[in-house]
Amino acid sequence: MPDNSETPKQQHKRRTVLKAGGAAAIAGIAAAHSVTEASAATQAQDAALAADTEASAVPIVLTVNGQARQLRVEPRVTLLDALRERLDLTGTKKGCDRGECGACTVLVDGRRIKSCLTLAVMRQDCAITTVEGLAKGDDLHPVQAAFIRHDAFQCGGCTSGQIMSAVAVIDEGHTGSTDEIREWMSGNICRCAAYPNIVAAVQDAAKEKRP
Amino acid sequence: MDFLIPSTFAEALAIKAERPEVVPIAGGTDVMVELNFDHRRPTALLDLTRIAELTEWAPSENLLRVGAGVPYVRIIDELGDRLPGLAMASRTVGSPQIRNRGTVGGNLGAASPAGDTHPVLLACDAQVEVASVRGTRMIPAAEFYLGVKRNALEPDELIAAVHLAPAAAPQQFSKVGTRNAMVIAVCSFAVALHPEQGRVGAAVGSAAPTPRRALAAEEFLAGELSDAGLWESPKPLLDSVRRRFGELAAEAASPIDDVRGTAAYRRHALAVLARRTLGWAWQDYCGTGETRSQSCA
Repeated sequence: MPDNSETPKQQHKRRTVLKAGGAAAIAGIAAAHSVTEASAATQAQDAALAADTEASAVPIVLTVNGQARQLRVEPRVTLLDALRERLDLTGTKKGCDRGECGACTVLVDGRRIKSCLTLAVMRQDCAITTVEGLAKGDDLHPVQAAFIRHDAFQCGGCTSGQIMSAVAVIDEGHTGSTDEIREWMSGNICRCAAYPNIVAAVQDAAKEKRP
Repeated sequence: MDFLIPSTFAEALAIKAERPEVVPIAGGTDVMVELNFDHRRPTALLDLTRIAELTEWAPSENLLRVGAGVPYVRIIDELGDRLPGLAMASRTVGSPQIRNRGTVGGNLGAASPAGDTHPVLLACDAQVEVASVRGTRMIPAAEFYLGVKRNALEPDELIAAVHLAPAAAPQQFSKVGTRNAMVIAVCSFAVALHPEQGRVGAAVGSAAPTPRRALAAEEFLAGELSDAGLWESPKPLLDSVRRRFGELAAEAASPIDDVRGTAAYRRHALAVLARRTLGWAWQDYCGTGETRSQSCA
C-alpha cells in the first residue's frame, strides 16, 4: 500500500472521516452520482487509514513462498490483506472476508487455512505458501496444470483458493473417490459451479507426484 | 488495538487479570469475523496460539484433559476412538480449513447457542477447566452456558481445557443445515449412552438461548432401559420408545423463528434427530452397528 502519510489529510481521525465519507456518499446519491465527491471521500478515508495504521503499526516478518518479507502492519490487518495489499501478492483472493467461501485459502506450515480469518501478526515464524509459490518458474505445479487441462474454472475468482485447497487435499490423502474429493473440497465455493471439472482436475493431479 | 503475545499460560492469566477487557484469540474463526466486519473493536487481543500447554491433550486420572487450543482436526484424528461424540461434532464444524484452526476452547468462549460441540459436551458430562491468577476451577458443562453468547467465565478467567471421560459406550451427534459444509446448525442433537451409570445423556443445540440438556428425555429413556433390563441384555428398542424420546427431546428446546429456520421446523427436526441418533447409538450398543448405513430411522 502506498504511504500517504505525507498528505495533509493525516490529521483526520478515522471515525470523523468515515462520518464525512458517509455524508458525501448520501449527498452523492442525491446529486445523482457525484463521483468526484465520493472518490475524494474515499481518498480521504484511505489517507486517514494509512495515518492510523502508521501510528499503531508493528514491524513483522512473514515467510512467504520461501522468502522472508519485512513489513509494518497494524495488528488488526488480516494475513489476506497483508499478502494482497502490502506484499502485492494478489493471487490470493478476497471473497467473503468471513471464512465461508475459501477463495483466500493459503497453506501455513503445510496446512490449509483461510487467510481472512487469521491476523498477519499471528503468522510470524510460519511458512506461508500462496498460489504464487506453487509453480517453479514456468513449470506449473501439477494441480495448476490439471486445472488448465480440465478447464476447472470459469470466472477464476475462486480458482487460487481451489488450487491451494486441492494441493492440501492431495497431501492429506483425501482423493480416494470423487465423493471423498467433494467432501474434502467443501470449504471452497465456486459461484460458476465448475465443480465437476474441479473434481476431475483434483483426481487427475492426485495421480502425479511432484518431483 | 494492542496485540499481546504471551508465551506461557501463566503470562496470559496475568494479562487477563490486569486487563480483563482483552479479547482472547486462538483459531480466530469466530473473533476474526467480528473484527473484519467491525462488529467489535477490542482495545487489545490476547493471542493464545503461542501457548504450548493449551495445545496438548493427555489422560488425567480417569478422564481425558483436552487443552482449549487443540484444533478440531486433531480431536478427529487423535481422539476419534476415545471421544467419538466430540469427534463427530468436530467433523461437522465449518470446512477442512476451519477445522485446522478452530478449537473447542473457542466454541466454549464464544458460547453461541449454535456451537457444534456444546450438545456433546452436555451429553458427555464434560467439565470445563477455567483458570485465573486466583486459581483453577472446574465448571460442569451444564452450568457453563448462561445465555446467548454468555458463559460462566469471570472477567479475569481463561478457558484452560475440557475434561471428558473416554467413551465406554456409543455416542452420536447429528445436525441439520442447508448443506454439508460451512453451515451454522439449524438445530443439533447429541446422545451418549452411560451403561455404567444406567443412564443416557442427551442435549439439544441451536434451539434455545443456550445449548441445553434434554432432561425429561434422559429420565424417560433411563427408566425404559432399566425396567426392561436392556442394559444387561440389549434388544432393539421399540419404535414407541424411540418416538417418545424424540418428542421429549424436542420439548426441551425453546426455539425461535430466525433466518436459518422456524421454531416449528426446529421442534420437528429435533424429534427426528433424537429418534435417529438414539437408534444408531442403541444399534451400536446391541453390536449391530455395521448395519447403520443401510438402516432408515
